[in-house]
This record gives sequence, structure tokens and C-alpha cells, in this order.
Amino acid sequence: MGERTVTLGEFDRQLLDEYQHGLPLEPRPFARIADALGISEQEVLDALGHLQDSGVISRVGPVFRPNRVGVSTLAALAVPSESLARVADIVSAFTEVNHNYEREHRYNLWFVVTARDPEHLEQVLDTIAQRTGLKPLDLPMLEDYFIDLGFRLQWT
Amino acid sequence: MTVTPHPALSDPQQRALIEAIQGGLPLAPRPYALIGEKIGLNEREVIRRIRDLLEQGVIKRLGVVVRHRQLGYDANAMVVWDVPDARVSELGRCIGEFPFVTLCYRRPRRLPEWPYNLFTMIHGRGRTEVLLRVDELVQCCSLQSIPHRALFSPRCFKQRGARYSVADAQTAGTGEKARSR
Repeated sequence: MGERTVTLGEFDRQLLDEYQHGLPLEPRPFARIADALGISEQEVLDALGHLQDSGVISRVGPVFRPNRVGVSTLAALAVPSESLARVADIVSAFTEVNHNYEREHRYNLWFVVTARDPEHLEQVLDTIAQRTGLKPLDLPMLEDYFIDLGFRLQWT
Repeated sequence: MTVTPHPALSDPQQRALIEAIQGGLPLAPRPYALIGEKIGLNEREVIRRIRDLLEQGVIKRLGVVVRHRQLGYDANAMVVWDVPDARVSELGRCIGEFPFVTLCYRRPRRLPEWPYNLFTMIHGRGRTEVLLRVDELVQCCSLQSIPHRALFSPRCFKQRGARYSVADAQTAGTGEKARSR
């Protein structure tokens, strides 16, 4: 993914600061936001569309709590460095994998697997083990200590 | 792992709604009405059901989902801690309150390969900023005696919201050749 930094206007920043949670649950949510910001509904829609197209936001929508809809786990592989790109491609190709990162550790490939039930999850991990020849660490969440209100951005 | 999917999900319309909104709401004046048209619910019903999912905690938040890297938060570290079992909840709650922490989970150890049982995600503009934040956690939550490691991420291979295929089990086959954007 691109590593560019996007220049944002005042309303963009307000949208990012104030609407990471609490999107109005009423027929015209963007008109309500527009009223709060003192701009038009169309300007809010345009700004959000632009933020989405430029990759600053991935979506306007829900963030689900883990393990409420389906099940998920964090998994890691210790991949020989010369094989990392190839193994990462194998892992990313699974629709059940939604995050896949290189990290600086002997366990150097970390990914989240989401599935509809525990059996399916285990099957995905087994298939990954077969296709890569590496045994994943399976680290399911046991307890969540974080109340997600979105990410507090610092503008200076 | 014993996980019971939320009872709300035994309702097929609720599952259809989750599928319809998980990739994001349409950026249109009446997004809930458009979602409703797709799945055969009226606008008021869509709003009521989303409100229910929020109240039940199935949805954590509804709003703008930011991609950190595009905003200059180009460093992220998964900071892992080896905390005595009796203190995990206490320290997890302390760490989870900091605004720069974006995830804070207890996970199992896998000895001997993996001794760490508390996982936190910290984003920052550069490695130095992330490490300063780790120091701040150590000071504020008194973690001086707790072994930890900061696993920085030099590369992101894939990042998107989780996709739950709950309405049709057949679509969740493994190994589909869908590539990251």
C-alpha cells in the first residue's frame, strides 16, 4: 500500500476527529453531520468520498467486536527471510485473512484469520500450515481491555 | 477455544444486514434506506437493527475507519508483554486507557516458542515516537519488571476489515485467489 501522506482540509480533520464513532442513526446521517460542521450534505459526502478514494479512510461503517460475528485468531509464522514475500502471498490469498504484516522477530509474519466457526478457523490454519510447510502460532483473543472510540489523531 | 456466536446472529436478516454493512455504508444521502433495499428491510428497521447491534456490543463503533499509514502514522509496533497471570487484567485495563493504544488483548502463551500474554498495538509517526509511548506505558502502569518486546512492522502485505460470510457458509471456502488491493 502507498505510504504517501495526504494533505487534509479543516473539514476533513473534523470528520476524522469527531466521527470515528457515533455516526448518526437517523435517515439522513450526513445531513446531520453537515449541520454540525456548518457545510452542506453534499460537501460532507464529497469529503468522505475523497477521503475514501485517497485511502485515508477504508470505509464509513461498523467495526465489529472480535469473536461476536464468527471467530478469529492472531497467527504468526517464523519464515526464513528469503521466503517471506512468497509465503506472505500464500497467506494473503486466503479470503479469511484480513491483516497480514511483516514484523521484526523470529516470528516475522503476523496475520489475523476470521472464520464463521472454530472448525473452519482450524481448517484454515491447517491449510496454511500445509501450503507453507510452517506451523502457525495460534493466539486467539482471551480478553479485550480496550474500549474502541477510534484513533485520536494529533494534527501538530 | 470456546466461542459462542452472538444469539442475534441466528436471525438470517441480522446476518444479511451484517454482510451488507461490513464493507461500509454507501456514501449517499440515505444510506440506511439503500442498505434496506438490498436486503428487504425498510429504513427504520435497518436503523433499529444497527442500534441493537451497537447496544449488544456486536458492533464496537460506527463511523469513519481511518488508515493510519496514510496520515503519517507510518510506524506501528505490536508491543507484547509477559505478565504474571494474576496481573494481566489489571495491567491490561491500565494500558487500554491510553489514547495511542489501539488494541489491548490478552492472548495465550505458547511455550516454549512464545512467552508473551498481553498484546498492545501502538501507532506513531516514526519509531522514536512509538518507543517514547512504550516508555510512557512502562512508567504510568509500573511495568518496569515486566519483560516486553516491540515488534515493529516494516511491511504491510494486506489490510482490510474482516469479512464475515455468515449468510452462506459455502462462500467461505479456503484459498480463494482474492488478492489484497
